[in-house]
Amino acid sequence: MSANSHSRRDFLRQAVATGAGMGALSTGLTPFMAMPVWAKDEPPIGTWPAGSQGNSVGIGAAVPRTGTYAVQGEDELKGWQLAVEHLNSGNDLIKKFSPKTGKGVLGKEVKLHVADSAAKPNQAVQAEQGFITQNKIVLMTGSTSSAVAVALNKLAQREKVLYVTGISGSNDTTGKDCVRYGFRQNFFGQTAAAAIAPVLVKQFGKNKKVAYMTPDYTYGHTVTKAVQDATKAAGWTTVTNQVSPLGAPDFSSYLLNIANSGADLLINVNWGHDAVLSIQQAKQFGVLDKMKLVVPYQVPFLARETGGLMQGVYAATDYWWTIEDKYPLAKQFNAEFEKKHGYKPEWGAANAYVSFAHWARMVEAAGTFYPPAVIKAYEKGETIPSLVGDVNYRPEDHQCIRPVIIVKGKMQKDMKNKEDFYDIVEIVPGAGLMQKPDEFGCKLGDYT
Amino acid sequence: MFTWANFFSQVFNGLALGALLALISSGLTIIYGTLGVLNLAHGAMFMMGGYAGYVVFDATGSFILAVAAGALFLLVVGVLLERIVIRHFYHRPHEDQLLVTFGISIVMVEAVRLIFSSLSKNVPAPPLLSGITSLGITFYPTYRIAVVGIVAVALLVLYFVLYRTKLGMIVRAGIEDSEMVDSLGIDVHRVFMVVFGIGAMAAGFAGIVNAPIVSLTPDVGEAILVQTFVVVVIGGVGSFPGAVLGGLIAGEIISITSMIDPAYAYIMLFAAMTLVLVLRPYGLLGVRGRE
Repeated sequence: MSANSHSRRDFLRQAVATGAGMGALSTGLTPFMAMPVWAKDEPPIGTWPAGSQGNSVGIGAAVPRTGTYAVQGEDELKGWQLAVEHLNSGNDLIKKFSPKTGKGVLGKEVKLHVADSAAKPNQAVQAEQGFITQNKIVLMTGSTSSAVAVALNKLAQREKVLYVTGISGSNDTTGKDCVRYGFRQNFFGQTAAAAIAPVLVKQFGKNKKVAYMTPDYTYGHTVTKAVQDATKAAGWTTVTNQVSPLGAPDFSSYLLNIANSGADLLINVNWGHDAVLSIQQAKQFGVLDKMKLVVPYQVPFLARETGGLMQGVYAATDYWWTIEDKYPLAKQFNAEFEKKHGYKPEWGAANAYVSFAHWARMVEAAGTFYPPAVIKAYEKGETIPSLVGDVNYRPEDHQCIRPVIIVKGKMQKDMKNKEDFYDIVEIVPGAGLMQKPDEFGCKLGDYT
Repeated sequence: MFTWANFFSQVFNGLALGALLALISSGLTIIYGTLGVLNLAHGAMFMMGGYAGYVVFDATGSFILAVAAGALFLLVVGVLLERIVIRHFYHRPHEDQLLVTFGISIVMVEAVRLIFSSLSKNVPAPPLLSGITSLGITFYPTYRIAVVGIVAVALLVLYFVLYRTKLGMIVRAGIEDSEMVDSLGIDVHRVFMVVFGIGAMAAGFAGIVNAPIVSLTPDVGEAILVQTFVVVVIGGVGSFPGAVLGGLIAGEIISITSMIDPAYAYIMLFAAMTLVLVLRPYGLLGVRGRE
């Protein structure tokens, strides 16, 4: 089936809207029966229409609740849960993202199915496959690891079920591994590097020697490369790149190499508990006394878990709660989130909430759960609200063009409350940070 | 870039890392050697030792009490587990033993997660042992140097118990032929309980000694368990000296390889294990027929 048949469906819908009689004529049925007929006009695809024929629709989340990324996974999950609650109750906040939302999505209650992915691609795929088969979910989400995001991208395209990434920092997710059925709201290696590089060069000067710590998978390699590329013009060179497996139990040997490398800066791309442990051990080995630490892809809860070690450290992030002074939606979101969960949302939760809100908006705009129609709603690329101001999805690679926030760890004495970990250094607009749509080899694939 | 300073610091690091691995592995290998049970809950016990110590440290501020608590708590857990669950599995197939200990580990990990959440907890090194010490060629965290000493003492105590006491003699005899020991009129099952308790205690002790080096999370045992198995396989399943040798070899492989190419550190570890399995299936210091 092609885009042509889809426009035929659009035509039919308009026909029904403008005159039921005409709709009846074109389908050869009575006006009374016309509606269900045009909804069924397209051949079934993925879980459509089976997944949205009842009073509710399901979303499957494969999120790490154990392992290296468990802490960040829980935060994400709380964001999705809040979004689902807001969708089902028709909360005022979600309506700011999706004005057509009444209660639920297209009037159907949203049910969130959750499985632990442990940040492992095969486990995530297995869980989502189960949700697709058993629950006929209309949307997948999850990933706190780009390895999972890439795997779920492929599953989404194969099964023709939409996927919005959770946290995923790899360039590949909307680059060489992009798919028609996948969308990413959050920032990623390329934009993080492009945003933070000028700040770093201004702060630390030109011609610096850098030691990198890189987790050994798509996220780590693309982020490290992006930062290397973005700082090359300023004469920054890599003296060592310590690649380690996800969930390494100890970083001592890597840190000794770094301690003996003569680097001026340590750019740590590790994430989740790997970031916590590697930074704490860097302190133990005296590395942080020798060189400045930079975290180019900020990790939720890193400041509280490392107990003061992020003070004075620069990081690029997706969202930090104190931007609420500038963005009213952020303020409202923070308040709602804190009321429900008892702490200020980190960026995983913010991304999770916004991803669902945007999806709901697109479904309402399409007027159907029929996946190609929802995809086309995204691909209109219209400017829509988010927690960090107005954004839009790029039709060529399904990446949200959104600002990157540069933060710097606050000193203990400057913290106004126990969660006031960062100063906002700069909010860098997204458009100028993005690579050209085809630069990372994105080919989206088919609608059907 | 190769420098001698880095080389020597990595060699030393391998020793420190290996000492810790040896301690964790010794508990596993003692239990397997005596009871024939491959205890997949060993990593979870290691983790629980850390958390038990954390609770006591949080309440008292004493690191020594924390270490005592981590070890003793796991001794109790080990004895209880043996009496309630494990003893019913001595005569069951190995698969059943794997499944039940794997199940126990999940219960332990998730119980700890329920109580403490996944957010990491810190037990700082005692003030006397914190900071960095110069080794001439390199600087090294003082606590990690101390750990080498702590582990050496702990392993000596274990050695003494295993090789210089009557209990140890029975245990070692049990490793060789538990039926014969039984038929000599020795209550081998009582010994089994003690052995499982000691093995668990070794894991708990290692868990709390390791706590100031890592930050504690419920998953801290999972990654270490895999390495522990590698150590045991290299050294020889059921061999206490094998665990020590295997630990040191593993530590050195990780450290030295990371100097050449860090991405291969763990790959080399598994490559070494494979090599041992091919050339000496019973491990470097293992006994033929026990693999």
